[in-house]
Amino acid sequence: MRSLLYVLMFLTVIGAAFWAYHENYKTQAALGDAQAVRAEIRDARARLAVLRAEWAYLNRPDRLRDLAEINFDRLGLMPLEPEQFGRVDQISYPQPPELPISEPVEISSAGAQEP
Amino acid sequence: MIRTPLRPLARILDARRRGENPDAIERENLRIRHEQMRDKARSRAEGRLLMMAVMFFCAFGVIGARMGTLAASEPEEPRAQATGASIIASRADIVDRKGRIMATNMETYSLYAHPQQMIDPIRTAQELVKIFPELSEERLRKDFTGKRKFMWVRKKLSPEQKQKVHDIGEPGLLFGPREMRLYPNGALAAHILGGASFGREGVHSAEVIGTAGVEKFFDAELRDPAREGAPLELSLDLTIQAAAERVLLGGMKLLNAKGAASVLMDVHTGEVISIASLPDFDPNDRPRPLTEGEAADSPLFNRAVQGVYELGSTFKIFASAQALELGLVHPETVIDTSGPLSVGGFKIGEFAGKNYGPLSVSDIIVKSSNRGTGRLALAIGATKQQEFLKALGFFEPTPLEIVEAQGGKPLLPSRWTDLSSVTISYGHGLSSSPLHLAAGYAAIANGGYKVEPTLLKQDGPRLGPRLMSEKTARQSLDMLRKVVTKGTASFGEVPGYSVGGKTGTADKPKARGGGYYKDKVINTFASVFPTDNPKYVLIVTLDEPVETSGTKPRRTAGWTAVPVAAEMIRRVAPLLGLRPEVETRHLTGIINTSN
Repeated sequence: MRSLLYVLMFLTVIGAAFWAYHENYKTQAALGDAQAVRAEIRDARARLAVLRAEWAYLNRPDRLRDLAEINFDRLGLMPLEPEQFGRVDQISYPQPPELPISEPVEISSAGAQEP
Repeated sequence: MIRTPLRPLARILDARRRGENPDAIERENLRIRHEQMRDKARSRAEGRLLMMAVMFFCAFGVIGARMGTLAASEPEEPRAQATGASIIASRADIVDRKGRIMATNMETYSLYAHPQQMIDPIRTAQELVKIFPELSEERLRKDFTGKRKFMWVRKKLSPEQKQKVHDIGEPGLLFGPREMRLYPNGALAAHILGGASFGREGVHSAEVIGTAGVEKFFDAELRDPAREGAPLELSLDLTIQAAAERVLLGGMKLLNAKGAASVLMDVHTGEVISIASLPDFDPNDRPRPLTEGEAADSPLFNRAVQGVYELGSTFKIFASAQALELGLVHPETVIDTSGPLSVGGFKIGEFAGKNYGPLSVSDIIVKSSNRGTGRLALAIGATKQQEFLKALGFFEPTPLEIVEAQGGKPLLPSRWTDLSSVTISYGHGLSSSPLHLAAGYAAIANGGYKVEPTLLKQDGPRLGPRLMSEKTARQSLDMLRKVVTKGTASFGEVPGYSVGGKTGTADKPKARGGGYYKDKVINTFASVFPTDNPKYVLIVTLDEPVETSGTKPRRTAGWTAVPVAAEMIRRVAPLLGLRPEVETRHLTGIINTSN
């Protein structure tokens, strides 16, 4: 009886040790992954900062104004002026297409008499 | 263990036979036994103490060793971190009111040298000078071959420069990562942004500190890691700032002015939408402050905030508004402006020696009569005038959030006599910055509330205490509108925007005292638009302008500052989203009468 207990205890210890090692390695792997992801985020953030700075630099008003002047014959861009404001009712919308007349009825007023 | 008996029979019998007391043997044995017990207990106690000492030594040894390694090792972020948000240690960005970047950071490298690791210092010096022509080869050679173990070569490198330095292939040249402040818009809003430089520098990183403007004012906030990179939102609008600076520069060139400044401010929130001062500079490469001559001649000088000038007739509206508020007059009260008016032995004259005769209060503003406002000021009295101007903020530096604002302290007369009262009513004798004037006009434009200028984006109106009644403000606005429609600022009319304003032409005081220059003026136009529902004030100031299209050079604001301001309103108002209100002229009513 006692020896069986000893064997069982021994096996339990072996099992617990195995589980503990296993968990440890899993944790290490997860930490490694997290670190890699964090490094990736950091790089992405740095790249984003550079891109944002470049976007701001390329969109600086001085440059856009010069570009608008260089490309004036193609684009014809002018500064916004008060005259460019309009009202919705000043816009001429396209007329709705006329309904097709499929069965024309010819009428004539010739010979009609005034009441 | 064999215990020695206390009374061994053999010795007892022997003692009895010799007639000795056997108890002595027992006592002797007892003593020996006690001594043995004592020795044993002592050695056990000693052993235990030793054991304890060893254990304590080990424990403290472990703690000490751990402390030693912690102190000696490089600091490292803990690998297992519960929170997801990582600390963003870099300086926060500065953006405009629509989120466009005005200042950001860029990663770059600094270059330093370890001369003792160099293989060919002479060639290295030659190659470095080829890449950076501003370095002195002589100096580098001396440093590289001398006793120095460490030296900075350059604080910032572009990626191309870094590659070229790399190509030299010298192991004694090393790069350190650097975070650098970048202002992508160049000189735009340079006076507001200020600039940044490096504080404490190490090989691995360097502190970026603000040196002027908002960068310095908000230095601690911008560096605070708790912001987690949230940008600082300014009230400026990049597009409008660019348009305003463009128009101002054009006006300054056309009118041969030495400098110019403009302030565009929201009258309800106090938000400064654009503020420009020319000449300006590039904050990416901030020039050094002047060491001699006048500070105002440096491009670093912010004319709109730091520059205090006598702003001339633009002040007249404050005198008339106060007189209206106190109930002394109403807009149609007629006041005799004919001369002579002498106060404290000093004669008050009009522009170009004119004489307007009896004028209504409204016409005093429209025609800009010095004697008229002087009489109003005398009626108001010096104490009340001081109180009113103080309430409008003309006694203190403006609370704008840049470090330079504290330098814009208004210059007040040391004794506020009746003469000061009269001259100040038409804008002489009290120097203030264009921003002060903007805040003063905003109080009239928003219906009589004090408003403090700010550079931070606001959520809603920030109206202070009431300074004048709605009615006074309305009447003053009508006068300002009349100045444009039929007065000195007729060039200020912008179709659709109902501009109102007041011109001001002030002679420049001589720097060393002793009166005023004859041919040097400061021209100002303080305007409000649209006057039927005021939203913005615009101040344009030109320093020493002269208009030369006529036969005689003209130096009045109506010819210089007003056209510039009008053009600025024409460009800027659509960008502000203001729709032009076409003033339909009322046709003479056709009344159906019987025929």
